[in-house]
Amino acid sequence: MSPVSRGFFGRRRPVADPSRVPPGQYVTSDFPVLSAGPTPHTPLDEWSFTIQGAVEKPVSWPWVEMLSLPSEMVTVDIHCVTKWTKLDTRWRGVSVDTLLEAVQSEADYLTVRCDGGYTTNLSREDVSDGKAWVAYEYDGDPLEPEHGGPARLLVPHLYFWKSAKWVRGITFTKDDEPGFWENYGYHNHGDPWLEQRYQGD
Amino acid sequence: MARAALPGRLNWQLATVVELRDETASVKSIVLDPPQWQGHRAGQHVDVRLTAPDGYQAQRSYSIASAPEDEHLVLTVERLDDGEVSPYLVDELTPGDELELRGPIGGYFVWEQSQGGPLLLIAGGSGIVPFRAILRHGTAVGNPVAVRLLYSSRSLDEVIYREELIGLEDDGAVEIDYTLTRVWPDDWHGHRGRIDRELLEEVAWEPSEQPLVFVCGPSGFVEAAAQALVENGHATKRIRTERFGPTS
Amino acid sequence: MEALDGNSIGGALLEYFGREMTTATGSCRHCGAAWQIAELMVYSRAPGAVVRCPSCGSVVIVLVEVRGSTQVHLDDFALDQSEAV
Repeated sequence: MSPVSRGFFGRRRPVADPSRVPPGQYVTSDFPVLSAGPTPHTPLDEWSFTIQGAVEKPVSWPWVEMLSLPSEMVTVDIHCVTKWTKLDTRWRGVSVDTLLEAVQSEADYLTVRCDGGYTTNLSREDVSDGKAWVAYEYDGDPLEPEHGGPARLLVPHLYFWKSAKWVRGITFTKDDEPGFWENYGYHNHGDPWLEQRYQGD
Repeated sequence: MARAALPGRLNWQLATVVELRDETASVKSIVLDPPQWQGHRAGQHVDVRLTAPDGYQAQRSYSIASAPEDEHLVLTVERLDDGEVSPYLVDELTPGDELELRGPIGGYFVWEQSQGGPLLLIAGGSGIVPFRAILRHGTAVGNPVAVRLLYSSRSLDEVIYREELIGLEDDGAVEIDYTLTRVWPDDWHGHRGRIDRELLEEVAWEPSEQPLVFVCGPSGFVEAAAQALVENGHATKRIRTERFGPTS
Repeated sequence: MEALDGNSIGGALLEYFGREMTTATGSCRHCGAAWQIAELMVYSRAPGAVVRCPSCGSVVIVLVEVRGSTQVHLDDFALDQSEAV
């Protein structure tokens, strides 16, 4: 272990109820921007969200339609695998349950697809029953491009790399197919409370 | 195919802080004594790692400001307002403290005599730091090639190593052109505004002289300068770039 | 978000390969463009460092620190024969 650097404490962290902080995490008051590549900018009139793959029939919503679907305001804690946790983040989005009502699928897994090519994998169970949203507002304002706007997936019960930015759709798959970070050693599931950061954890 | 890291050829080592020097209101030079230092080449950098009492660690890279011939290892750090590491290094670190670092690192953005010249150094803000090492090294080996420096800063107050650069110019080690981009004194005789094709055409060597060009600074600055050089006819193969920026 | 360049992963590569790698030459497996590692685009504000080809933007190298140990995936950057590690 490295010796302690005298007088260094890192950023000032807000005081938080420890029961809200998963193991190994540090609470932050800012909202760090993480990215695997340049910020995409898809014009809204070219944007759509599509569910396809192991489904009876693919379904697609252009932007205007997505915004007209019933939406929810949710306040959730988010946990990034790079160890920061942000409490009480406010979002508006469409519940993935609402979107899944429009498709028929026997498949248990899905791959999330995004502008820029990023992917992540999830089980159907992980995006059902009020656990996931396609979010387009953060803190009362339209979601900024650097945070994944116009819309990102929001799956707060898992590490935040699963809350894919610049989301464009879901592909249902028969098997669990590792996405971008999962292929490079991150955990297929990613439960922060079980500290499932890496494959094998 | 990925493998686990080889046992350290590049080890973390502790360096003692000898002295701290104010360069500008937000920039400080840190003079270090690293007992296990093996020497370095002008232009290389080190990785610095800080550890908090709860085990939290933060790591950043800093260009080495000292020449290989200098007695101590020197790093120059700019305090970023929302930074996590730089405020500690600039405001908290005191002589006697130990700093964990590893290096030297880098073989691309380095200059030594064997590479020849003429040399064109283009710096944006704290991008001047590795050039201080290169200029001091050039002096130490007898100024074998002609060197020109184009240094872009927001204001005169933010020019780092101002006195030292004046001295180097007086000694004939380098010809310097300054450009200020945000504010300048009424009697300012240097250039104004961002670096563009026109300014480069005025101060840079002709492409036919085939200068070795080094560009260092924030990503956007480096991008713009490199593009302008290429548009002016300089060969991409003769241009080396190093981008600075927040890493986390 | 602005990218840095391959110089910024010099330390991690030096530790992993045991030798200086920023001057190592190779080509992007997607578009064939030739680069020194120092010239590649690096996005490191992420769960790892994602290194992209400046020509076509494809991911060519990924660095991930897994349980304190750096792993380097050189999958889509074809090192020149002379650089074989």
